[in-house]
Amino acid sequence: MLMVIGAVCSFGVALLASRMELLDKEGHPIYLLGRAVWFWPWLIWEIIKAGTDVSKIILSPKLPISPTLINVRASQKSAVGIVTYANSITLTPGTVSVELEDDEITVHAITRDGAEDLAEGHMDRVVSRFEGEGAL
Amino acid sequence: MEMVLDILSWVFLLAGGAFCLIGGLGMLRMPDVYTRLHAVSVIETLGMGGIILGLILQAGFTLVAAKLIIIAALILLTAPVATHALAQAALHAGILPKLDHDKTGGHIAGEDESSNS
Repeated sequence: MLMVIGAVCSFGVALLASRMELLDKEGHPIYLLGRAVWFWPWLIWEIIKAGTDVSKIILSPKLPISPTLINVRASQKSAVGIVTYANSITLTPGTVSVELEDDEITVHAITRDGAEDLAEGHMDRVVSRFEGEGAL
Repeated sequence: MEMVLDILSWVFLLAGGAFCLIGGLGMLRMPDVYTRLHAVSVIETLGMGGIILGLILQAGFTLVAAKLIIIAALILLTAPVATHALAQAALHAGILPKLDHDKTGGHIAGEDESSNS
């Protein structure tokens, strides 16, 4: 019963929002859902790799950090794509996107290697592929 | 079968707890704001992921498991936004990161070229 009321309410809100013309393509990028099936597992694997690296750095007695600030370019075409890229950078332990303007992201990385891996642009290409051709 | 699930879920729970502990330790050991954020991101990804996965295995195929998945998705979507907001706020407040290597050439995204010294 509660679930039915919830479903009815959600439908009502969606209906009202579309009547008020609040909906746009960025609101709920449902066209990305199919590609998310391979993007999410890839991102989770990246997070696990980076997370164990950062854990090793924290646990090692010498604390071998070499904080690096670096600018990377985002090659995505839509706002959703660039935000996905910046969020992926931040979500991966060891790299945090500090500032974002147009297609340039300033990233703080905990090690120099992490910054160089990011500058190589593998993650950028994967997110671009995730964004795909049909976006916006 | 029950036994295997229990062991597996405890492995995930303990791993998640261990990553939370490592993250907390990192918070204490790191020298400045930005490096501490990296330590925190271990907690909010691997620590949270391990604990929630362990709880899902305990819950089995129920509504509770579905709710746990939704909570995990919510944390994964909102945590980077909060981290980014914190880092950006620190930068705008004039707290400069302690750097070994600065590869930006003094240019931070969004600044005018002319305002660089």
